Amino acid sequence: MEPIPMIKDKRSFVSTRNACKLCSPLGASVALKGIEGCVPVIHGSQGCATYIRRYMISHYKEPVDIASSNFSEETTIFGGVQNLKIALKNVINQYRPQAIGIATTCLSETIGEDVNLLLHQIKSELHEASWPALFSVSTPSYQGTHMDGFHATVFEVLKHFTLKMDKLDKINLFPGFVSPADIRHLKEICSDFGLDATVLPDYSTALDNPVWNHYHRIPQGGTPLNEVKTCGGAYASLELGAFCEVRQGGKSDGETVSPAMWLEKEHDVQRFASILPIGVNSCDAFFDKLQKLSGKALPEKYEDERGRLLDAYADGHKYVFGKKAVVYGEEDFVLGLCSFLDEIGIQVVVAASGANTGKLQQKIKEHCPVHADTIKVMSDADFEVINEISHDLKPDIIIGNSKGYYIARNLDIPMVRVGFPIHDRLGGQRILHLGYRGTQNLFDTIANALIDYKQSHSPIGYKYM
Amino acid sequence: MERLIKERTKQIHTIGTTAHELDCEKKSLAGSVSQRACVFCGSRVVLYPIADALHLIHGPIGCAAYTWDIRGALSSGPQLHRLSFSTDLREKDVVFGGEPKLYKALTELIEAYQPKAAFVYSTCIVGVIGDDVEAICRQVSKEQNIQVLPVMAEGFKGTKKDGYKAACDALSLLVGTDNTYEAPPFSINILGDFNLAGELWMLKDYYSKIGVNIITCLTGDGRVDEIRKAHKASLNVVQCSGSMMHLAREMKDKYGIPFKKVSYFGIEDMADALYEVASFFKSDELMDKARQLVGDELSELLPALAPFKLKLQGKKAAIYVGGAFKAISLVKALRLIGMETAVVGSQTGNRDDYMLLKKLCDEGTVIVDDSNPNELSEFVKEKGVNLFIGGVKERPIAYKLGIGFCDHNHERKEALAGFEGMLNFAHEVCASVTSPVWKFFK
Repeated sequence: MEPIPMIKDKRSFVSTRNACKLCSPLGASVALKGIEGCVPVIHGSQGCATYIRRYMISHYKEPVDIASSNFSEETTIFGGVQNLKIALKNVINQYRPQAIGIATTCLSETIGEDVNLLLHQIKSELHEASWPALFSVSTPSYQGTHMDGFHATVFEVLKHFTLKMDKLDKINLFPGFVSPADIRHLKEICSDFGLDATVLPDYSTALDNPVWNHYHRIPQGGTPLNEVKTCGGAYASLELGAFCEVRQGGKSDGETVSPAMWLEKEHDVQRFASILPIGVNSCDAFFDKLQKLSGKALPEKYEDERGRLLDAYADGHKYVFGKKAVVYGEEDFVLGLCSFLDEIGIQVVVAASGANTGKLQQKIKEHCPVHADTIKVMSDADFEVINEISHDLKPDIIIGNSKGYYIARNLDIPMVRVGFPIHDRLGGQRILHLGYRGTQNLFDTIANALIDYKQSHSPIGYKYM
Repeated sequence: MERLIKERTKQIHTIGTTAHELDCEKKSLAGSVSQRACVFCGSRVVLYPIADALHLIHGPIGCAAYTWDIRGALSSGPQLHRLSFSTDLREKDVVFGGEPKLYKALTELIEAYQPKAAFVYSTCIVGVIGDDVEAICRQVSKEQNIQVLPVMAEGFKGTKKDGYKAACDALSLLVGTDNTYEAPPFSINILGDFNLAGELWMLKDYYSKIGVNIITCLTGDGRVDEIRKAHKASLNVVQCSGSMMHLAREMKDKYGIPFKKVSYFGIEDMADALYEVASFFKSDELMDKARQLVGDELSELLPALAPFKLKLQGKKAAIYVGGAFKAISLVKALRLIGMETAVVGSQTGNRDDYMLLKKLCDEGTVIVDDSNPNELSEFVKEKGVNLFIGGVKERPIAYKLGIGFCDHNHERKEALAGFEGMLNFAHEVCASVTSPVWKFFK
């Protein structure tokens, strides 16, 4: 068996080789799974829904039902209204959903479908006893990445359901594309601060279910639509991530706005933002904001977690110091990880993302004071570019989703799996990345991966570190 | 039974109680949450194992991202097929046309990776934006002096099965392009094995032991230069009939090569495959060797299966796989280890397949075509099965209901074909069905 071929000389490619990104409807599907009682419908070919289901099931190890309007040749020529109508009818009949979120695809966008218009038409033609809430989001896969689809969906849900109202004693929390375990932890933190928080989206249960006594066609959990309605009444929004902005109207030249920015502008909800709280620096900033928002001091529980994390930093600092890391994934994930690795003395040599908002370099500069100048930031990157440069830079560790495993294998270096997708291990949905507790988990895992590597490559199998 | 889609009633048949014949080979119903993918998927999974070819997917990034290294199809040599190449069309390409990008991508990739041939897959929007993929393929083929084969696989142009045809159409352009080769006697092609978990290597070993020469396998551990010579075979032996029948028929029409449908799953079908090939060549020597081989294998295998049968006797299974032909073999293989099939279905079965299943299965068995998670979960609950055989998308249905599962899809890591595969199969089924963890689920 020969190795997977790799181009040794440096050349640039027009093509994408082993994409380090996914398409927009996938992000939409993840976000829609975080709305209570919602079934996603992908308006396009059957394959889009099935591929995305398969991709998500392999990570979350959960049933992921996503319907398709299943375009045919006629649909492509004459438009998708009939198919969408049948799809809605069958979804309503099978699932009795509270809401149906329709995400478009490259196909339906290219033939110029206006789904909102179609929905009006369908509602007037089809007489359902009671309609679930229907809304659509524009997610052409030729624009941006899965993250654009994710944030666009959060934004559309808000725009569709949020009402003007007097101020309530609640906040909104936009966690971004993090793991179900992360969302559970964020909810716990809010609750410990006495904050009534609407987390949008909340797929902490729907994509990480306990075992069932009977089959649930729609998994339980998710942000209740009633809560989304009152997001405009919140006194503040906390947005995690620096790359949550969506192009309004789905146009590439449209004005960009993040869900929390929009709420601030339209509903006068004060916006607080933080990068993903990974590492002591980012977590301190995050918890500081929660203290401001709640008027409460840091609960002792988190004081302790912070203390234990620092204690672990002391115990493990030597094993990680000066190690070179390659980090890749969604821009927010990469930024959060780089900030954390920077503070523990790991030198990130490559920080790569398949996305290309044009802001990653600047943000990394801001949040990585130690190594900012030596981190090679790569946007619009693919795995082969990362693979080729990694061979030159000789990193000690690779940190990212499971798709980069082959690079670690080629280089014979350890890999720490974080983020999405993790298709070759159990428990991707349960990886905790955020907060002092999540950082603790990452720190131990990274330090132990380096220690394990040294131990298993040592001529003697020593018993102490 | 809870709410199911009325329009799908004809695609569900309970043996002994349903009056109508099972309807099949239909486009999936919108909103049904079919387990099928699309035309592109069908073509991609069939061609993927050709290891020394360049596979370039022309379209936005999703189609390439979701099919990167998708199958456990092993190659004994080159690994080029394990790289996922895409033109990654962006908004401006969609507006102004994707041809220039396709031309550049194809040229740069051929120059960099020096493949033996290139497959270019058209995805949904390519036709809609008016790219002439065939023309670009011709041009680059001429300039680079290698075969560049368009795979017309726009996702919406039919079902996954139409994708199989698109793949066969592309393959038929490759078959017959090397006439310098003279095949030894008793030469066959294997069609429709994909060398998942090295299964082809086991089959090759059986065939070589009985004296049969394999020119090429389409497409497991596939090589472009071997496929060019495929028309020199005396016989095409077709497994996974759904995906490769088009090519088998075409090679019969074009080169007069007869074909036989076989299956390599389970003892009976595996043995029959060898006997069929031996009897085709009307050679006593081949037949004797085949009998000898089957005898040898069974003398080891049957005693090894006995303990599994003891543990699994009377347990019930549900099967939902891509092709119905495989389902037929699985029903037989399950029987061999004492299990009965209570639910059986496929994404792409045809009338003949389902008639066979109806004959083969017991009364009360549910047969279903192009099913969805709601139906499958209802059937397995109703029948109280202990095992579900399927792929990635069926796995969580089984596990959520506390039912054992055997992965028989293209991602599997255990070889399940052949005699050795039968033992692996029994082992995997037994490990899942009799696991102590299920006691917490009751």
